Amino acid sequence: MSREYVDALLEAASEGVSFDGLTVEHDGEYTFRTPAVDLTELSAAELRDVAAGSPHVTNWYFWHAVAPQKADRWAFLRWVEGAPLESADEGVHERYEVLADGVTTTWGQLSITVTAGEGGRREYGLTHVADDSAAERRSYEDPLQARELARVDDDGRYRPLKTAPTLGTGWELSGLGPAALVEAVGFFYPATVTNWHREQTGRLDVTHWRETMARQSGIYQVVSTWDRGEGHEHVEWVAESCCTDSQCLKRREWQYDDGTELETPGGDGVFPCREPCSLVISAARKFTKLDAEAATTYEFELTPSEKRQLEGLVDAVAEGRVGEIREADIGEDANRYRTRFLRARRFDDEGRLCGVPTDQD
Amino acid sequence: MPAALVIAAHGSHLNPGSSAPAFDHADRIRATGAFEEVRETFWKEEPAFREVLRTVDADEVYVVPLFISEGYFTEEVLPRELRLDGWGENSWDSDGTSATTATLSAADTGQTVQYCGPVGTHDAMSDVIVQRAKSVTGDPAVGDGFGLAVVGHGTRRNENSAKAIEFHADRIREMGRFDEVQALFMDEDPEVDDVTDHFDAPDIVVVPLFVADGYHTQEDIPEDMGLTDDYRTGYAVPESVDGHDIWYAGAVGTEPLLADVVLERAAQAGADVGAAIEQVRSRTTTDPGS
Repeated sequence: MSREYVDALLEAASEGVSFDGLTVEHDGEYTFRTPAVDLTELSAAELRDVAAGSPHVTNWYFWHAVAPQKADRWAFLRWVEGAPLESADEGVHERYEVLADGVTTTWGQLSITVTAGEGGRREYGLTHVADDSAAERRSYEDPLQARELARVDDDGRYRPLKTAPTLGTGWELSGLGPAALVEAVGFFYPATVTNWHREQTGRLDVTHWRETMARQSGIYQVVSTWDRGEGHEHVEWVAESCCTDSQCLKRREWQYDDGTELETPGGDGVFPCREPCSLVISAARKFTKLDAEAATTYEFELTPSEKRQLEGLVDAVAEGRVGEIREADIGEDANRYRTRFLRARRFDDEGRLCGVPTDQD
Repeated sequence: MPAALVIAAHGSHLNPGSSAPAFDHADRIRATGAFEEVRETFWKEEPAFREVLRTVDADEVYVVPLFISEGYFTEEVLPRELRLDGWGENSWDSDGTSATTATLSAADTGQTVQYCGPVGTHDAMSDVIVQRAKSVTGDPAVGDGFGLAVVGHGTRRNENSAKAIEFHADRIREMGRFDEVQALFMDEDPEVDDVTDHFDAPDIVVVPLFVADGYHTQEDIPEDMGLTDDYRTGYAVPESVDGHDIWYAGAVGTEPLLADVVLERAAQAGADVGAAIEQVRSRTTTDPGS
C-alpha cells in the first residue's frame, strides 16, 4: 500500500507536527507521541516503522494533505465525521473505530455518510434522508450530478429555492472524496457550508430586512416603501409565509432590523439564512402592492359550511395539501368535486363570488 | 496564483432551463482545468451574487457576466451585490459596448475581483452567432444565398441593449459571409415580426441574442415571425414563411462556443487561459481552423 503519509510526516517533522493528539519533533533524533505512546530518540527508520499504520499519522495526513484546506470546507468535513472543529488531543482511535462502519449526519434533507478505510482514506456518500432502500436508488459518482438531482422535486416540478424541503428522492451519490463531497453539497444547498462556518466562528454577517430592502433597485425598489414606521407586522407575515421550516430549511437569522427581532420562529435548520433571498424579495414586491390596497366592505350570503369551506381551501393551498386530497373525499374542503360544487352554486359566470362585483363604486 | 472563475447569470424562479447555459459553459471550462475552481451564480437562483465570492477558495476571482448587454445588471446590480469596493460609473470607461475589465476588491471577502464586461459585447460573440448559423443549418459553409437576422430584445429604457445587437450585425456584415445581415428587435423598429420584409435572400437564419431559451425565444419570437400560430404545436427548421425558408436557431447562449467568449473575457482581464481557449474552440466548432 501507499505510504506517502509516512514520507510526508518525515518531511514535516523538522518543522514539528502537533495535531489531534499526535506530536512529532525532530532535533537530530525524532520524537513520536500520541495519547498511547511516548517514543524518543528515534532514527528516521524507526520513525517510519511507528508511523506506518498509525491512525494518528493517517489522520494528520488526511487533514493536512487530502482534505480541502479552505477553512470552511475543512471545518465542515470535521463536523461530518463528528470530529472537533479544531485540533483535539483525544479521540482519534475512537473516531477511527466508528468511521470503519461509517458515520452518518444530516444536512438539510441530505444524509451524509463517511467511512475511513486503509491509510485513513475517507470516502463519502450522499442520499436523501427519507431514502432507506438502496435497491431503489439511482447511483451516481459525479458531484456535478447534484445540480440535476436538485433541480426538480419528486413530482417533476422545478425547485427555484434549493433549500425548500422538497428535495427529490431515489438517488445516491457515492465514492466521493472530500473535495467532491463539498462540491456536491454546494450544489444541493449553495453557500450553506460557508455561512454555517461563519456562524460557528462568530463571523456571520446578517443583513436584516430593512437594510436589504433599502438597497433594492429597479422593479424591486417598491418594497422599501412597504414601511409601517414603528410597526413590522408585515414582515412577520412575510417570514410566516416564506421562511418557516415547512417552506425553507435555512434557519432565519435576519430580523426586521438590528434592534427589532421578529416573533415568527426562525426555524431549527442546521445552516443559517443571513439575508432575505431573491424569492422573498420577489414575493415581497407582490405583497407590497397587495398590502397597499384599501380594504372594502362586501356583502355575501354563505352558509356556515361554505364559509368554513373557503377557509379550509385557503389552508389546504397554503399548506401544500391539495395534491394529497383524494378524488372522492368529499368531506375535505379542498376536494375538487366539492369545490366545483361551491363554484357552481355560489359563483356567477364571470367567476365572482355570489355575483358581487369586485370593483364597487 | 490559483484563480477562480465565477460565471454570473440571470437564472429564473420559473424556468428550470434558464440556468442551463451557465452550467454547460462552466462545465466546458472546468474540463480545461484552466481555473482552480469554476462557480456559477445567479440573480434569481443560488448561490446568489451576494454570497458567491465566499464560496470560492481563491484570492483572485474572474467574474464574467453571462449577460448580453452592458446596463442595469452589469453596472448596478452585480457590482452592488458582489460588494465591489470602488466601483463607479467610470470604472469601465465604455461607449456601451466596449467594457473590458475593472480590477476591484470585494468588501466582504477581501478577494481581488477582475470584473469583466458581459459576454454579449465581446468581439468573439460575433463568431458564436456565425457558429449558431452553422449549427442550425448543419452547413459549416453556410453564407451564400443566406440572410442572417440577429434578434435582440431591444428596449427603450436601455439603449445599450440595441447597441450590442447592432454591434454584432455590423461586424458580421463586414465579414461578407452572408448575403445580407440585419439587426431586428422584439419591441422596437425594425421588428422581428416583419423579418421577411428585410431580406431578399431565399434563406434566412434567425439568431436571437439571448443567453437562455425561455419565454421570449421559445414562444414570442417563433409566433411573432409566423413560424407557428401556437408555439406548443412547434414548427419546422427551416419553416417556410412568405416564400422564404426561416432557419430559427434559438438562443445564441446555448451554443457551446459561447464558453470561448467567457474565456476570452477572462483572458482580457489577465487570466492565463490561452491553452484553454484553443481547447474549447476545437471542441465546440464544427469546422475548426476556418
